[in-house]
Amino acid sequence: MALQDLRVLPALGQAFRPNVWDIVALVLVIGAMVLIVYGGEQTTLPLSTLERTPISLDPVHLPFYALRTTMRMLLAIVCSIIFTFVYAAIAAKSRRAEMVLIPLLDILQSVPILGFLTFTVVFFMNLFPDNVMGAELACVFAIFTSQAWNMTFSMYQSIRNVPKDLEEATQSFHLSGWQRFWRLDVPFAMPGLIWNTMMSMSGGWFFVVASEAITVGNTTVTLPGVGSYVALAIERQNLLAIGYALLTMLLVIIAYDQLLFRPIVAWADKFRFEQIASGEPPTSWMLDLFRRTRALRALSRPFAAVNRTFSNLQVTVPAAFSQPAVEPKPSRLVDAIWFAILAIATGYAAWRAFAYLSTSLAPSDVLSAFGYGLITLARVVVLITLATLIWVPVGVWIGLRPKLAERVQPLAQFLAAFPANLAFPIFVSLIVYFRLNPNIWLSPLMILGTQWYILFNVIAGASAFPSDLREAASSFHLKGWRWWTKAVLPGIFPYYITGAITASGGSWNASIVAEVASWGDEHLSAAGLGAYIAKATEAGDYARVILGIAVMCVLVTLFNRLLWRPLYAFGERRLRLG
Amino acid sequence: MLDQVNPTKLIDFRSVCRSFPKGSGDDLLVLEKVDLTINSGEIVGLLGRSGSGKSTLLRIIAGLIAPTSGDAKCRGETIVGPPNGIAMVFQSFALFPWLTVLQNVELGLEALGVDAAERRKRALAAIDLIGLDGFESAYPKELSGGMRQRVGFARALVVHPDLLLMDEPFSALDVLTAETLRTDLVDLWIEGRLPIKSVLMVTHNIEEAVLMCDRILVFSSNPGRVAAEFKVDLPHPRNRLDPAFRLLVDQLYARMTQRAEPKVPSSLGNIPGTGVGMVLNHVSSNVLSGLIETLAAPPYDGHADLPVLAGQLQLEADEILHLGESLQLLRFAQLSEGDLVLTESGKRFAHLETDARKKLFAEHLINYIPVFGLIRRVLDERPSHTAPAARFRIELEDYMSEEYADETLKTVVSWGRYAELFAYDEQAELFSLENPH
Repeated sequence: MALQDLRVLPALGQAFRPNVWDIVALVLVIGAMVLIVYGGEQTTLPLSTLERTPISLDPVHLPFYALRTTMRMLLAIVCSIIFTFVYAAIAAKSRRAEMVLIPLLDILQSVPILGFLTFTVVFFMNLFPDNVMGAELACVFAIFTSQAWNMTFSMYQSIRNVPKDLEEATQSFHLSGWQRFWRLDVPFAMPGLIWNTMMSMSGGWFFVVASEAITVGNTTVTLPGVGSYVALAIERQNLLAIGYALLTMLLVIIAYDQLLFRPIVAWADKFRFEQIASGEPPTSWMLDLFRRTRALRALSRPFAAVNRTFSNLQVTVPAAFSQPAVEPKPSRLVDAIWFAILAIATGYAAWRAFAYLSTSLAPSDVLSAFGYGLITLARVVVLITLATLIWVPVGVWIGLRPKLAERVQPLAQFLAAFPANLAFPIFVSLIVYFRLNPNIWLSPLMILGTQWYILFNVIAGASAFPSDLREAASSFHLKGWRWWTKAVLPGIFPYYITGAITASGGSWNASIVAEVASWGDEHLSAAGLGAYIAKATEAGDYARVILGIAVMCVLVTLFNRLLWRPLYAFGERRLRLG
Repeated sequence: MLDQVNPTKLIDFRSVCRSFPKGSGDDLLVLEKVDLTINSGEIVGLLGRSGSGKSTLLRIIAGLIAPTSGDAKCRGETIVGPPNGIAMVFQSFALFPWLTVLQNVELGLEALGVDAAERRKRALAAIDLIGLDGFESAYPKELSGGMRQRVGFARALVVHPDLLLMDEPFSALDVLTAETLRTDLVDLWIEGRLPIKSVLMVTHNIEEAVLMCDRILVFSSNPGRVAAEFKVDLPHPRNRLDPAFRLLVDQLYARMTQRAEPKVPSSLGNIPGTGVGMVLNHVSSNVLSGLIETLAAPPYDGHADLPVLAGQLQLEADEILHLGESLQLLRFAQLSEGDLVLTESGKRFAHLETDARKKLFAEHLINYIPVFGLIRRVLDERPSHTAPAARFRIELEDYMSEEYADETLKTVVSWGRYAELFAYDEQAELFSLENPH
């Protein structure tokens, strides 16, 4: 095949003549630029254009909607990365900032993102009155809040765990704080950051779809996008349109993965901190394409030079954030002042919150919100248990068969990324059709998208299960129940916990869209905290929204601290193999 | 030349002390009144046991940590932060895995703001000098250990430092690789091709120090101090089999075991701390038994010369001293003048069966290491016959740092289990008297 021949490296001396791959790559680059500019122009139109050009169910428009959705996603991820760099760097370098920033991040992580929308929509709409920009930003902000926290955590932890000898090397070779950040901290954090960015992206699709069509009180904004398309399809009870939307999303996610993430993962392989090469490095046809195209490689050279100059800039980092080799004793007085400021700020915030909430809420409201919270908690527990019973055996079965695992693993990861809320209408229409009890049958929607985290982590764990242990188990005739409890389950436990934590967190979030659903004029609702928040949002009842969010925050945090963290620590300490 | 009178004093330390905070709040003294001078044109070796504070001293010179008290000067100026003209080679190489060999070497120059063309020229020259031609675009993980450490050297040399600091640079390498690298370096040094004025090398390998250095400072532990200074006048290239070389090695061995001697009768040699606060280093009971058996058998018959024993067991001076001290602590053997001599109970131990060995071991633990007596007493006294590890950790931390308390507890658990003095549940972190049935 001619294609095969082109893959051979060119002979010396032809270095700068463009080849076919240059053209392919160039088209891709220019195409991306055009799309970005086109999509960008649409976001600055006045708000009235949204009303003049309503969403249409004609599939011809779907590529455009998909583009808009993707653009929002891209913008959000850029914001998340910038936020991550700044926030994590400050938290890691300043002891006093760290005391506040890290617990704050921990709480933000458990805030139900969709609850956020209520406030942000109002805020951004006021910021850009009569302009689509406000609504767009609100949507981007919602995605951002679903993505940023775990990325920031990962980066913070990496910076804190930079190997001591490399740190000493940068000091002893007189690298400035700025140089050190770009030459040591960032590269060292890269693999973790990229992995977390991918996980965030997976989660993000769910929220971009959920936040495109927003109703807050009497304001309804419908931004052109796949999410709005589905919302309209639900209103019109059009199953075919929902099918189109599913297909579109499928293609978009595949494209995103192939064109953006795989190349990045393959490229970032060099940042993995190991002194000895191990395993098969990840590959990407897209990256190969760009590495093979000479013109594009030549184009990338100025970027590398800029990057080098940038990281070598003589930037003076504020003294608080540069770690001097000779550490002075922390000043007790400054600490005391800092604590006083924090105490006053916290006290003031608590007082304002109480003053605001107590005017419209009675203690009984708090009780009822907690009651709903417990119902949702029960749902999460039951669903995670069910998902575990189903996917752990399946995952182990697949993971122990390398050939099969190789094929199923990407599928499971893809399913985790797929915004499950697009598929909700199909389930809802069935519930309506068969007149099922929504309190029970709406529940599975919560875990529809998040169960795959359990599956693909278990597959990963079972694939990594050492073959000598398997052989030992079979040579000692370990079978049946004993085989599971003595060999396999402890072996995959750390992986399972990672998956279950993600799945449980995702389910809490999903409850806000899963516990209330509609199909045309039929409105279904299950009793629970998610429904409580969703209804309060729709009614513009801010006090109850805040209450609901706070209750969910408390429950999720407690759930994490009392169950998942101890289990995770146990798994890491006792059961991590190798 | 500024100082015509003396050879230029690159480093001048006067009564430098350094202490680290300890669990109980007091400070642990790691360096005590260290005086040190490094002149231009010499290779100085800092020889000492691991944990003797020699790496701490090196880091004070490198400006990575500050002394608690005393006067630390580099070229006449007090050291605050990494001084100019000092470069460091690390035991672990400390290469940036995401940078190629060339980029790693260029890093120090970039920090100095050297322009790109000059940078490239100097980096290539350093790579050439150290024998890394052809590896410029390789990543560290593609290289063998020896090649990686060559990158470490090139990266340090390229900034043309006055003083090259080396922190056990060969100890992570295998024997053959380390030897090649040592000779290459010495050759370059005597040919005057290294763009440096002096070298300070930290090591616990006695032969390495004799092979490379002009002057060897023997460092004693707890707290770290310069105990002796040896001049090495042997001409390069030095021959390990040369009688003068061997003599010096023997002398150094003797010097390093010497301090242990006078204190043995009174208490416990140069093991830091006394009573319950004694710091224990973890050595497996298997290794101890093996060593006792080796000592008892011919050709040693209970009396071994340490360098010979180290050679046969392929152990470094530091490791063999470490083992010898554990035996001495348990009164199974005695260290003196570079020899290791089995005691009567040590000879008895060698000829016992497993269960009897355990019994004898238990006896010695209870009699000679106070912390075992303490644990046993507490367990006997309590009605439940259990005690949390935290109970003893807190007591240990009154005397030592957290890391030492960790290491000591680990040793206590391991030796106590072997001697069947008590059981330990790792999950509950609980000592108990009962043995699982």
